[in-house]
Amino acid sequence: MSTSVSRRDFLKVTSSAGAGLMLGVYLPGKPRFKSVAVDSFEPNVWIKISPDNMVTITLAKSEMGQGVKTALPMIVADELDADWQNVEVVQADAHPDKYGGMMTVGSRSVRGGAWIRLRETGATAREMLVSAAAKRWGVDPASCRTDNSSVYHDASNRSLTYGKLTADASGQKVPKKPQLKDPSQFKYIGKSIPQIDTPDKVSGKTVFGLDVRLPGMLYATVVHPPVFGASVKSFDDRETIKVAGVKKVFQVSLGVAVVAKSTWAAFKGARALQIKWDNGNFSMDTEDISKSFRDLARKKGVVARNDGNTEKAMKKVDRHLKAVYEVPYLAHATMEPMNCTAHVKRGRCELWVPTQNPQGSQRTAAQLTGFSNDQVIVHVTQLGCGFGRRSRTDFIQDAVETAMKVDAPVQVVWTREEDMQHDYYRPATYNILEAGLDKAGKPVAWNHRVVAPPIYRRGGPNSLDRPSVDGASNLPYDISNIFVDYCRSDIPVPVGHWRSVGPSQNTFITESFIDEVAFAAGKDPFEYRRKLLKNQPRLRNVLELAAEKSGWGGKLPKGRARGIAVVENKGSVCAQVAEISIEKSQVKIHRVTCALDCGQVIHPGIVESQTVGSVVYGLSAALYGEIIIKKGKVTQSNFHDYPLLGIHEMPKVDVYLVDSNEEPGGAGEPGVPPVAPTVTNAIFALTGERIRSLPISLNGIRTM
Amino acid sequence: MPGYTLKINSRERKVSVDEDTPLLWVLRDELGLTGTKFGCGRGLCGSCTVHMNGEPTRSCMTSVEYAEGNEITTIEGLSEDVTHIVQKAWIAEEVPQCGYCQSGQVMAAAALLERNPNPSDQDIDVGMKMNLCRCGTYQHIRKAIHRAAGEIR
Repeated sequence: MSTSVSRRDFLKVTSSAGAGLMLGVYLPGKPRFKSVAVDSFEPNVWIKISPDNMVTITLAKSEMGQGVKTALPMIVADELDADWQNVEVVQADAHPDKYGGMMTVGSRSVRGGAWIRLRETGATAREMLVSAAAKRWGVDPASCRTDNSSVYHDASNRSLTYGKLTADASGQKVPKKPQLKDPSQFKYIGKSIPQIDTPDKVSGKTVFGLDVRLPGMLYATVVHPPVFGASVKSFDDRETIKVAGVKKVFQVSLGVAVVAKSTWAAFKGARALQIKWDNGNFSMDTEDISKSFRDLARKKGVVARNDGNTEKAMKKVDRHLKAVYEVPYLAHATMEPMNCTAHVKRGRCELWVPTQNPQGSQRTAAQLTGFSNDQVIVHVTQLGCGFGRRSRTDFIQDAVETAMKVDAPVQVVWTREEDMQHDYYRPATYNILEAGLDKAGKPVAWNHRVVAPPIYRRGGPNSLDRPSVDGASNLPYDISNIFVDYCRSDIPVPVGHWRSVGPSQNTFITESFIDEVAFAAGKDPFEYRRKLLKNQPRLRNVLELAAEKSGWGGKLPKGRARGIAVVENKGSVCAQVAEISIEKSQVKIHRVTCALDCGQVIHPGIVESQTVGSVVYGLSAALYGEIIIKKGKVTQSNFHDYPLLGIHEMPKVDVYLVDSNEEPGGAGEPGVPPVAPTVTNAIFALTGERIRSLPISLNGIRTM
Repeated sequence: MPGYTLKINSRERKVSVDEDTPLLWVLRDELGLTGTKFGCGRGLCGSCTVHMNGEPTRSCMTSVEYAEGNEITTIEGLSEDVTHIVQKAWIAEEVPQCGYCQSGQVMAAAALLERNPNPSDQDIDVGMKMNLCRCGTYQHIRKAIHRAAGEIR
């Protein structure tokens, strides 16, 4: 163990004899994750180089299809000059502070500092390996070079593999400021190298949460109250315990658990349960919720943005536009239903869980069992989608409470119906927009009132819920007077982060309304936006790129039209153009052209896949997505009434990435927000009908 | 519980389960063949697709009783070393994102190509439309099927 390395910066070396060189990178921790002194740093990624020349990189972020398992090690390996063929990736178990924040949300795995620190980790190790080699050869380190996990001294025609240098390298001084590569020297970064986990995913070998199998394990499911806020009054399990394989039935905090020898027996037993619920006092329908939003919208909300004086400006405008926009609750509908495997025994709780929030899982289990964090071991499996749903810990609570009453490891599996009806939904919102135009048709005043239930409920009734106004309060257009306020609703339907969060609804609303304004001014919606983005070069650039690549303004086959939209989201900017047609009131999306500037691209193939996938995610929502509440319950239950886009509805999606060496932005989310407005703006261009509520199928247009 | 003899991936497997147990849960919980996935439990998503006598079949809707006596192939039995033409095409096109639905997608595509070695886009739509992918890998799936078809030719 080396102790001479507690530098102010982020790096630390730990080495034990024979284990090779180990390096960690520290991320300044978020205070809420900290139980130690403020000046400590938190390791995020570990490199281990073994004497057999194997480079092991520990991944402390969750892999859910966004490619971190390949992309993050690529960054480290590039600066390390490691031989990619000899790189392996190990998933980190949860730790309160060792890896910094492990939460995998907000397209944050690369952007926001991690990019540089991952590079510094690799570069530091490389420099120490070079020093070790140079010392052994008695040459100047500057005369050495590295490539494919070896150090070379060309002048004397000597070389040593990293594996042969591990012991020496551990004793080297940690460089204060390791030399990072010039982007022109990148070997892996920017290239679509084969993703390391693809072969397992096409052969059924990848272990998702549901695939965890342990000796003697049992299976369970939990029946939750259909009405939000309800609880169990009593239950009758006489029919349940008759089901072959059912072992135990008992109440847990969130419902009633049925434990069995197989998942099927647990499901069957759960269906046979007779539960009396105390339904509490929530019995609203979607229409009631919408009306409650309308009522809230009558009063002023908390100010989210106030530029100039819209009230005064609005009085002097040449033309005035007003519109109401509404969006529904949406489910995440991850392909793998919520699940967690837990084993509680003798002062130890072990979890195997597909989670975006390993540390939250650990804390939840510790609280429930009364154990300390170090008595709770959390193994993170592959996630069958995340989209924000798996940042929550309700399904972990189910598993831990169930395991506390069972003398075996137990896998708690939610049915698809439970998953659909007990989500943390994308909030339904109600919006009033007003715009004022001057004589030339330029917008001079913009009002946007957002009514929405808060994602962060901790704030008081008069607090601003930032995610609810993201995409609204940061309207990028050059308008002198902008006023955005937020009215908080306390409807008890649980809401949460849903891929791209606030902009998933607000971009639909603002990009539709700016389209209305453009048409009212008699201007081309692309040119109109372009002029209003004169001070936003990055946004303007992707807008122009999407327009150019889509052939904006060019001739289209009869019966087709285009729509355009642009967004800034998670440190990236994305513009899209949709080309659609409607035949016999059936809408068809033919083509979506995406232009994305996410700064330095780590892996173009992954970024392209994420963007195409974002279009699909956005289209499912725009065309069909709607969670309807009746008497306090969700009416949707499975994919027949909460449909997802199928391959037969898939448009041609073209992705154009802006060539950039700027700081990386997010890639998993910015493609989602523009989808709905590009389609609805195209529908307007074609039919003159403005879609102001989603899904599109509500507007007399067939979507399937 | 009644006993059943199933023929899975060319091997005979004996299980004792209730007669209404779906093949999906026999594979996953009794036999440890977890490559076949649970997505909806109602034949709506295709994550549980296996081959029964070469036909793509929803294992979540196929009872063990019905499955007995038929040749069943799961993703684990498609090839020993990830060399099936569809798997190779899937790797070459980097189809998977999260990967959860991909066992079902690969099995559906393999059955489609078995029936029709040179499918058109429309054939792919028809053959694959019941296999949902929440990550949205459809464009890559289409390319990979065309690539595999090209390999067959």
